[in-house]
Amino acid sequence: MAIQAKDLTKDYKYGFHDEDISVFRTKKGLSPEVVAAISQHKGEPEWMLKFRLKALDHFRKRPMPNWGADLSGIDFDNIYYYVKPVEEQSTSWDDVPESIKRTFDRLGIPEAERKFLAGVSAQYDSEVVYHNIRGDLEKLGVLFSDCDTGLREHEDIFRKYFGTIIPPNDNKFAALNSSVWSGGSFVYVPAGVKVDIPLQAYFRINSDNMGQFERTLIIAEEGSSVHYIEGCTAPNYSTDSLHSAVVELIAHKGAKIRYTTIQNWSDNVYNLVTKRAVAHEGATVEWIDGNLGSKVTMKYPSVYLMGERAHAEVMSAAFAGSGQHQDAGSKAIHVAPNTTSNIVSRSISKGSGRTSYRGHIKVLSKAHGSKVNVRCDALLLDEESRSDTYPYMDIDNPDVTVGHEATVSKVGEDQIFYLTSRGIDEQEATALIVNGFFEPFVKELPMEYAVELNRLLAMSMEGAIG
Amino acid sequence: MSDGAALEIAGLRASIEGKEILKGLDIRVPQGEVHALMGPNGSGKSTLAYTVMGHPRYQVTAGSIAFDGDDLLPLTPDARARLGLFLCFQYPTAIPGVTLVNFLRAMLRAQGKELPAREFLNRLSAEMKALKIEESFRSRYINDGFSGGEKKRSEILQLAMLRPKLAILDETDSGLDVDALRTVADGVMQLAGPDMGVLVITHYPRILDHLRPDAVHVMHDGQVVLSGGADLAQRIEKDGYEPILGAGDRAPALAGS
Repeated sequence: MAIQAKDLTKDYKYGFHDEDISVFRTKKGLSPEVVAAISQHKGEPEWMLKFRLKALDHFRKRPMPNWGADLSGIDFDNIYYYVKPVEEQSTSWDDVPESIKRTFDRLGIPEAERKFLAGVSAQYDSEVVYHNIRGDLEKLGVLFSDCDTGLREHEDIFRKYFGTIIPPNDNKFAALNSSVWSGGSFVYVPAGVKVDIPLQAYFRINSDNMGQFERTLIIAEEGSSVHYIEGCTAPNYSTDSLHSAVVELIAHKGAKIRYTTIQNWSDNVYNLVTKRAVAHEGATVEWIDGNLGSKVTMKYPSVYLMGERAHAEVMSAAFAGSGQHQDAGSKAIHVAPNTTSNIVSRSISKGSGRTSYRGHIKVLSKAHGSKVNVRCDALLLDEESRSDTYPYMDIDNPDVTVGHEATVSKVGEDQIFYLTSRGIDEQEATALIVNGFFEPFVKELPMEYAVELNRLLAMSMEGAIG
Repeated sequence: MSDGAALEIAGLRASIEGKEILKGLDIRVPQGEVHALMGPNGSGKSTLAYTVMGHPRYQVTAGSIAFDGDDLLPLTPDARARLGLFLCFQYPTAIPGVTLVNFLRAMLRAQGKELPAREFLNRLSAEMKALKIEESFRSRYINDGFSGGEKKRSEILQLAMLRPKLAILDETDSGLDVDALRTVADGVMQLAGPDMGVLVITHYPRILDHLRPDAVHVMHDGQVVLSGGADLAQRIEKDGYEPILGAGDRAPALAGS
């Protein structure tokens, strides 16, 4: 068992690198010309080009955020902002080039799809090359495509919502994404439609110094429900990569959206993502957010509770190994009365790894009867590992129930002794404790993700015992 | 009933945080026999259990512990367990998020005793039934929110699934009511025999009515001061420790056994 784990971790598991077959890429660095080239290449309408250029302008004016993780290693001039790997987007598996197929095979996409996936939208560099949606979903009127297609084929819906939840001037990295975005998913679920199988997409960065700026927009109409799953892996390169996504969710009256992410970027990636949802009357938004990889992650999935009885659920798990900083957390903004939020965070730091929980709860003056519950637990595996909590709360209404609990603990000597006294070696014992700590998160995941996560954790634990 | 002693401890001295608890202890538990180790609180009984199992907080400063001829002292707890040693904890630790069934699977695998899934589940069901443990119990997190009695049953269940060569029961009777005690003791007696010896550590003789030990040892101030047959336990039940140990702290002369 231990030997097998060792072999798997010799190299970063997903660190394979296929031959670069890009057919179009912009030159390195960022300029209005580069932005215009992207827009022109995609054949976009004028308003999108203007949107992009305005965002670029804001990006340039906006200073780097200095309140969180160390971002000084990012060199914006040394990044390709757009790479298109194939000429045409394939709609059938046969049309996908062999080298890309190999990559997908290693990620297990076709297999997964054969089983029960609703549709697979796999992002290879900046363009979605393979995308398939099951016929019965189409019949229900569910739209599931990459974001570029969403703009091209459903411009009316797209334009109505795009950039309304996270405007380009929200923060520096939202501005960056808004100026160079490409790919990502567009999901539209008509009123009353319940999508009972998860929609899944895989994202990969495959070009050295390639930034990835996907954009996801999900709209759930009244009384509908959908579960979207995004999994991320990236090959392991020696120079730093940047991933900066924007994800916008709109849950209309009584709708339910669950968004599940497991990010496992290789440990040279800056993962700076803005995720935000609005929940209207009686709607529920759930962020299930796992952070295992990357060099630095800054991500705070948020929910604006706009309508009465709207509910936010954020369940996150972070693992920071040596050299990693997971600065993650959540925001819940209670605008309407009787809204509820439940935020549960679990984080583990190993070696020199560092986790930070950064949370913001805001209850506006009209949001009487609202309930807030925040719980964050951190587990430290070594003497040098570190965890911090930055909980901010602004409560402007006295008629609100707020619960907040935070704990930091270490793997106990007695726990290890108990498990090893049954013949289990120390490394596996620690992995068991770690898996157990993440169990409340893992049990929210579909089976194959739960298995994958446990395996990744076991690999991350390799050598955890000094 | 076989030749050599399964567990042989000689001249053992052990301390915790610089304080010596075991002060030259000798004990032999031959293969397949049931021995009881008794003694008043603070005599070092639990320290002995932890030291034999290899808890890192207890430091052995002199003497030897051998099991089936193997020197245990250089070995980690997991290596000792894989030789066939099992400790039934007095206060087993909670491991939140890890289910009992997964724990059992992991320990069987670690000891090379893995069973095919179906066989494993059948055996688990049978053992749980014998110990009067509800089926749903196996999906609970180890010792997390268990009552005292549930913890003890869970320990015996692990013992039953692992079938070690020697089980050390550390105050397994404490905190159990009469019925639970009988269930647990019956569970142990089902397993005890030529293939599994037992060292029962207890303060009270009550559990020994069920376990019928081949030998009884009395411990005081870090040493075994008296060894005898099952009648020794009865004497302790009737008269207490004082007549045996003497009024003062000093250990009395060893009675023959």
